[in-house]
Amino acid sequence: MRLFDQLVFNRQLFMRHRVRTVLLLLAVSIGVASVILLTSLGEGARGYVDREFSALGNRILIVLPGRKETTGGGPPIYGASPRDLTLEDANALGRIPGVLAVAPIIAGTTTIAHSNRSREVITLGSTDAFFTVRQLNVGMGRLLSARARTEPLAVCVLGVKVKRELFGSRRALGQWVRVGDRRMRVIGVLEERGESLGLDMRDMLVIPVRTAEQLFDSPGLFRILLDIAPSADSDKIQEQTLRVIRKRHDGEEDVTVISQDSMLAAFDNILATLTMAIAAISSISLLVAGILIMNISLISVSQRRKEIGLLKAIGASSRQIKQLFIGESLLLISMGSALGISVAFALIFVFAGLWPSFPLQPPTWAVPAALLVAFGTGLVFSIMPAKRAAALDPVLALRGLQH
Amino acid sequence: MIKLEAINKTYQVGGSPLRALCDVSLQIEPGEYLSVMGPSGSGKSTLLNMIGLLDRPDSGRYWFDQVATEELNEERRAHLRGENIGFIFQSFHLINRLTAFENVELPMMLAGQPVKQRRSAVTDVMAMVGLSDRASHKPNQLSGGQLQRVAIARAIVMRPRLLLADEPTGNLDSHSGGEVIDVIEKLNQDGITLITVTHDQQLGDRARRHIRMVDGMIDSDHNAHIKGSNIKSSQTKISDIKSVDIDSADTEDKKSDDATI
Repeated sequence: MRLFDQLVFNRQLFMRHRVRTVLLLLAVSIGVASVILLTSLGEGARGYVDREFSALGNRILIVLPGRKETTGGGPPIYGASPRDLTLEDANALGRIPGVLAVAPIIAGTTTIAHSNRSREVITLGSTDAFFTVRQLNVGMGRLLSARARTEPLAVCVLGVKVKRELFGSRRALGQWVRVGDRRMRVIGVLEERGESLGLDMRDMLVIPVRTAEQLFDSPGLFRILLDIAPSADSDKIQEQTLRVIRKRHDGEEDVTVISQDSMLAAFDNILATLTMAIAAISSISLLVAGILIMNISLISVSQRRKEIGLLKAIGASSRQIKQLFIGESLLLISMGSALGISVAFALIFVFAGLWPSFPLQPPTWAVPAALLVAFGTGLVFSIMPAKRAAALDPVLALRGLQH
Repeated sequence: MIKLEAINKTYQVGGSPLRALCDVSLQIEPGEYLSVMGPSGSGKSTLLNMIGLLDRPDSGRYWFDQVATEELNEERRAHLRGENIGFIFQSFHLINRLTAFENVELPMMLAGQPVKQRRSAVTDVMAMVGLSDRASHKPNQLSGGQLQRVAIARAIVMRPRLLLADEPTGNLDSHSGGEVIDVIEKLNQDGITLITVTHDQQLGDRARRHIRMVDGMIDSDHNAHIKGSNIKSSQTKISDIKSVDIDSADTEDKKSDDATI
């Protein structure tokens, strides 16, 4: 039997059983579309995180006080109270070749007040470098100057949300605000910008690092951000950072250095695994479609006993009967897959329009994987009905009798 | 052309064995016109299915054109059946979703023949059974006699040398039954070997050779009117057969429920 003839034969069959055909097509296309859509969701999340990280700065090393690794044996009876990271440490790190900028950060919560309004706000004490490293731009006024590295200036830069809540639509620049027990002048407001790695820069107050040191009465830094030259070797600078700290902390290596690359790699790993898991879960819908195909094929075999008997009587071999039934399933799956792929990409396109900041990206393997699973289950689940059809006794089948 | 030797076939019916065929031996020459008669359960249909290669004997040998068929695999048997044997059934067994033309085309399609060749062959046989104008009709638009003629067209479209008819007029009234008989006897006159299984004494008597079966055995086998002149060489091609002129009054409409698939 020629392929074309089989296609014609199956087409006539599909036209005859329209409802059945449409339902099966629907089952297969939903399965294929869900594999593609869900994996693009996972891949989209990965892309989103990648972009967030690059928004953080090109290449960043984060130095945290305290060691995160387990050391030695036995319980730390004397305690391993970590030495504070200090501004002097930060300055020393700035002298490492390849480090473009150092942003020491002191973090705390203070009350900020203007006239009769006040609110709690996360306050970061830092320098002008902070804005470069975090790629923050000024919306109004100006940012901290280089003097903020060394002098406890009574100035501050507000996030847009803080500005809005304290001043409303009134002018904030040049106004005095009360931060803790100090008076500071507002010199700038940050540009409106989304959340970045859980830090909502709209709801922040940035003051000079020396001012923060006095305000919080603590020389300990929350962390130090290092901006690395694109040409520099991140691993090497990481090593040098540890060496500098060790020298300054009497041989103790009591800091943790996290590179942006390693964080990104960790996220990448997690999200890639997640995407695979999602793919596996959505494949279940294809499995269900496969079982549906098997059931309906089995019903079709018993409904078409006479036809099968007849086909055998007029010269169809068992192999041809098998071929007809498997071909029928494969054809359904091809059409269902085509439908599912088109629907999936149409939806991805629509989502891209509705939600441009989080575009769904189908991973390159999504379509082949969906097709593989669809055809695999289709084939596996149509073999049984096809075998049953081929094994029919033509004589009994023609009479419409069971074995 | 056909030689059966000590064919045995036993079916399990409700747990107890039923001997459908018991040491049946039979020889059939090309161009013969046989009728097989006998009471229900005498093994007539089993014999027909055996000859038609739809069934395999438990023991015994069957040569079709000197080919020992019991040695063939399913694939080869299907091929042999498709090429050489045409079936006509009591309940027609046409496929409902296909037009008359497509039903007739089916055997050629299964054999993988090219479309062009199929078209001309189908057109020829449709004319032969007098249904050229009904080619695009679906089975539910045709009368019983027309359905059986479509089935005959399908049986002969591959130009088989053997035509097996199982109660070909069983579901038809006498008028359309007569038309069907005319068509298949004309085919026999033009050289095709014809075997009819029937309960109908009148139809059975029309054959030249009468086989009577009882309890899975051939009870009697005799030639009715030994003219022999009609036994021609099996080389005669169906293409030589002229269109059978049939009064297309087609008043019959008796259709059994299982007339079509």
